[in-house]
Amino acid sequence: MGVEREELLRLEEKARDLRKLIIDTVVWAGSGHVGGALSSIDIITLLYYKYLNIDPTRPDWEDRDRFILSKGHIGVGFAPVLADLGFIDHKLLKTYNHTGSELGMHLDRAKVPGLDASTGSLGHGLPIALGLGLSARLKGQSFKTYCLMGDGECDEGSIWEAAMAIAHYKLTSVIPIVDRNRCMIDGRTNDVMILEPFCDKWRAFGFNVIEVDGHDMPALCEALDTAAEAQDKPIAIIANTKKGCGVEFMADNYRYHYASFDAEKAEACKIDIDKYHDARAAAL
Amino acid sequence: MGGLNYTMIDTAKLSTAELYGKTLTDLAEDHPEIVGLTADLAKSTKIGVLGEKYPDRLFNLGIAEQNLLGTAAGMALNGMVPFVSTFAVFTSMRGLDQVHTDICYQNLNVKMIATHAGLSFGQAGSTHHCTEDLSIMRAMANCKVIAPADGMETAMAVRAAYETPGPVYIRINRGFDQKVYDNPDFGYELGKAVELHEGTDLTIIACGPAVWSAREAANVLERVDGIRARVLDMHTIKPLDAEAVRAAVHDTRRLITAEDHNIVGGLGSAVAEVIAESGKSCAFRRLGVPDTFSIIGLHEDLMAHYGYDMNGILETARDLMGADFEDDDDWDDEI
Repeated sequence: MGVEREELLRLEEKARDLRKLIIDTVVWAGSGHVGGALSSIDIITLLYYKYLNIDPTRPDWEDRDRFILSKGHIGVGFAPVLADLGFIDHKLLKTYNHTGSELGMHLDRAKVPGLDASTGSLGHGLPIALGLGLSARLKGQSFKTYCLMGDGECDEGSIWEAAMAIAHYKLTSVIPIVDRNRCMIDGRTNDVMILEPFCDKWRAFGFNVIEVDGHDMPALCEALDTAAEAQDKPIAIIANTKKGCGVEFMADNYRYHYASFDAEKAEACKIDIDKYHDARAAAL
Repeated sequence: MGGLNYTMIDTAKLSTAELYGKTLTDLAEDHPEIVGLTADLAKSTKIGVLGEKYPDRLFNLGIAEQNLLGTAAGMALNGMVPFVSTFAVFTSMRGLDQVHTDICYQNLNVKMIATHAGLSFGQAGSTHHCTEDLSIMRAMANCKVIAPADGMETAMAVRAAYETPGPVYIRINRGFDQKVYDNPDFGYELGKAVELHEGTDLTIIACGPAVWSAREAANVLERVDGIRARVLDMHTIKPLDAEAVRAAVHDTRRLITAEDHNIVGGLGSAVAEVIAESGKSCAFRRLGVPDTFSIIGLHEDLMAHYGYDMNGILETARDLMGADFEDDDDWDDEI
């Protein structure tokens, strides 16, 4: 597919604006899983604004590409995307986490148009993606299913059960992406539960692995382009990221898995985000 | 129930699970959206029959039950009707988080046909017994829970499950069941108890293999004791036929439940809830596995050991007929 500089700049701006909207949503919600939302947002931005074949006016269109947010706790990072695309009313973001709201910490497919699966309990997304992929093959549909997981989430055995099966079925239409931010609730992944040799584990389970900087848009584009063209062997993308990416005091700090902050601190976050994205754009 | 083409001969020569496999394969012929999934138990659960006829529609996911149930959810999200079969103990416990979150919470059209339920895999021991599933699955919102009495009723239940949108859990036994139904014309309806024996002296409410025991017990009670026992085949544990329970309380004032399950949380508990909320008192006993991990043995021996075979039900019925519950002088309803 490739990516032109002009498009890249547009995507960079979108990622910047979404980062700020995530910060606002955390304030409206009172608190939220902001660290993992900011580590994933560049990947989600690319998928939703460049790669996924979707139509916000037809959220149930059966041939659409699917996105399974296996790290379902970052609803606060995903609902802003659905609002921005018009799947849900922008005003709903201001009700996030409020009693009776359509939007809660872990998004509910029954209440949120554009959400392909209700997730939250970790380790569930990849098996669901596998089911989507197998059924698409059986029905002769050509859509792709992207599944975004956390790296801490990969402690769950069910991820590896599904990985084994995706390789067994040579199901290249399912593209696992791991947000490798090296943090989990209780600490660094290396301290809580060692995942290394992480890429080798995916290779051993039957995947070709693309390891990429998860905040480098051109590199991510290349990875997604390659994954989309996998033939006999599925491709897993391991995206090295920073938790809280874009906000200096949060960046790479596992303590910001979940946080709350007031409007004043939110403004400071946005100044950081501008600076961070200015630097990224300048480097393009 | 149109199109059911099983005969007495089929039910005599096919095990309950074989009848399930045959029913599923027949349904699949008319409904291309039906797929089967299993976790290395295609042969044991008989879902493998589907794969013999439609190899591309049966998915064996290896010994990985969490992935099995999550994959079924993914298929249902894309409009398929997945039938998932592994042992009841693995469906209801090993993969329960996926059953809860992926299937029931999302109200997906997944049919879980769980075999080797209750103590039907008696010699395998408690790792393979399943005396908790009715309790567990009954607590899953959106899920319908069925425990058929025999092979014929299993065939009916499987068809009803297909025709009912949303998650359905059917638990069946390993091997052959005592035959309760000779033909399919007994008016099977999901959520409606079948009255197998008329009576006004007491009511025996049973599910699964205890249904046959209950009916046999009722025949003996009538012949030997002159006691007229109503027998209800309560094949659907959820939604429970509460009306039939309330009628039994009103008409007979004595109730026994019998199930191949822990007496905690299953049919007995479901019936007790209806009785308690009815505001009417009655004499009541729950028969089943008495909140213990079972001893090892043949299924029928275990049912006898724990007192929910024909003799156990008979004994409890006779005891209950002697229960003096109506003239309770201590009852104070002035509060």
